[in-house]
Amino acid sequence: MYTQQVMDHFENPRNVGELQDANGVGEVGNAKCGDIMKMFLKIENGIIVDVRFKTYGCASAIATSSIATEMIKGQPIEDALKLSNKAVVEALGGLPPHKIHCSVLAEQAIKKALADYYTRQGVDPTPFVGKIDCDCDHCDSCAH
Amino acid sequence: MDRFIYADNSATTKLDGDVLNAMMPYLTTEYGNASSLYSFASQSKIAIENAREQVAKAIGALPREIYFTAGGSESDNWAIKGIAKRMLKDGKNHIISTKFEHHAVLHTLDALKKEGFEITLLDVHSDGIVRVDELKAAIKDTTGLVTVMYANNEIGTIQPVAEIGKVCREAGVVFHTDAVQAVGNVAIDVETQCIDMLSMSGHKFHGPKGIGALYIRRGVLPANLIDGGAQEKGRRAGTENTAGIVGIGAAIEKAVATMDARNEKSKQIRDYIMNECLKIERSRVNGDRVNRLPGNVNMCFEGVEGESLLLMLDAKGICASSGSACTSGSLDPSHVLLSIGLKHEVAHGSLRLSFSDENTMEDAEYICSVLPPIIDRLRAMSPLWDRIMAEEKEN
Repeated sequence: MYTQQVMDHFENPRNVGELQDANGVGEVGNAKCGDIMKMFLKIENGIIVDVRFKTYGCASAIATSSIATEMIKGQPIEDALKLSNKAVVEALGGLPPHKIHCSVLAEQAIKKALADYYTRQGVDPTPFVGKIDCDCDHCDSCAH
Repeated sequence: MDRFIYADNSATTKLDGDVLNAMMPYLTTEYGNASSLYSFASQSKIAIENAREQVAKAIGALPREIYFTAGGSESDNWAIKGIAKRMLKDGKNHIISTKFEHHAVLHTLDALKKEGFEITLLDVHSDGIVRVDELKAAIKDTTGLVTVMYANNEIGTIQPVAEIGKVCREAGVVFHTDAVQAVGNVAIDVETQCIDMLSMSGHKFHGPKGIGALYIRRGVLPANLIDGGAQEKGRRAGTENTAGIVGIGAAIEKAVATMDARNEKSKQIRDYIMNECLKIERSRVNGDRVNRLPGNVNMCFEGVEGESLLLMLDAKGICASSGSACTSGSLDPSHVLLSIGLKHEVAHGSLRLSFSDENTMEDAEYICSVLPPIIDRLRAMSPLWDRIMAEEKEN
């Protein structure tokens, strides 16, 4: 069902945990749907110098969070904002169709953490981040 | 050597060696079509009738009341759709069932609802057991069928079948029970329990897949589901699956003969695991602890998600199942767990372990040694667990 990359990131997730000195934190998803992702970013001079995540959810939710942290660590904010769910899926060698929403969740969690960073800096995040559907609206397929 | 523990016997069971041996001639040399006239086919015919007797004896029925099908789903469809069609002629269009039936029953009822039937689904309460007085109260003049499962496939709770049968008999309503999980694990007597129709599936009690049976009490006349040739007295067409039929006969005979000893062992394993797992913080047993199948454990662990739990158990060589949304193939967790009042977020963290005679206490001990660290690991990365702990602190 899952690719080797997904299983690797599920069994050995990278960057798990919290960052005490994070200056951008974002959480998306909800318990009712069965997945919650929380991203912790430490940003210095426009660069994401450190990142951690915590995820409640299935293997693909954990794997997408893990690989997404790897993809943005050390990158400038501008590049992290461009991270698409499609890129996350490709990096994992694909996801089953009904698990694609997990990758959307990972993209949204990063955007939400970046929005939090901008807000903390006293900057309106909307022009950079856009609107984030943070609860269950992230997937059309979800009835909740 | 790596451990391998099969703890998903409610999904399917291993084919018993004696059963396979009984089937072998009918997969090889005895390939005659039981409907044929020549003497070469007579052994197939004899074998089928012998199996019919074995199945009948196991549930206290007459051989002529046993009809072979392709499995539990077909038996359920035939029983329900067949009676539904007939009861309309008597001006009846109301069917009573429960909220936590198998989809073979629930989706069949959905299809009938679209055709205009009135369906009442009874509550199964927090213990996963239907209340006979509520069933009695739901019966009305237009009720033509009651279908209540014997034992639930996820939480293993055993229903008060004999009492339900009595109520239905007194009310003149046909009573069907989906006994797919019960046969071979629970003593069944269709006469004393007033059962009019009963579905079973061979592969749930160490028989082969693709074979089932429907018990239809003499005088009960569901319309045919599969029309065609004259097999099964013209009530279920299709060339007989001789090897499968021989298999289900041999399997049910062995299951009933060994039931008491197997159940005692299964209960030990079940109760040990439930007691050990309840030591895990924020865990619960789903369904009544006593009125449940001897080999069924169903628990929830808050703050973890079922699919992740199953994959981590798989990495440790343990085959289990869960009722989380990600494993149910839909977006909602199992309708069974929701029917007993669990919140979505709790139901997502469910684990079902189901045991057979193949399992040992060593299996149980191994499962209980690997499970807590897996749950700890998943909780350590779970923001939901953090929230649960924060709320607990506040209160």
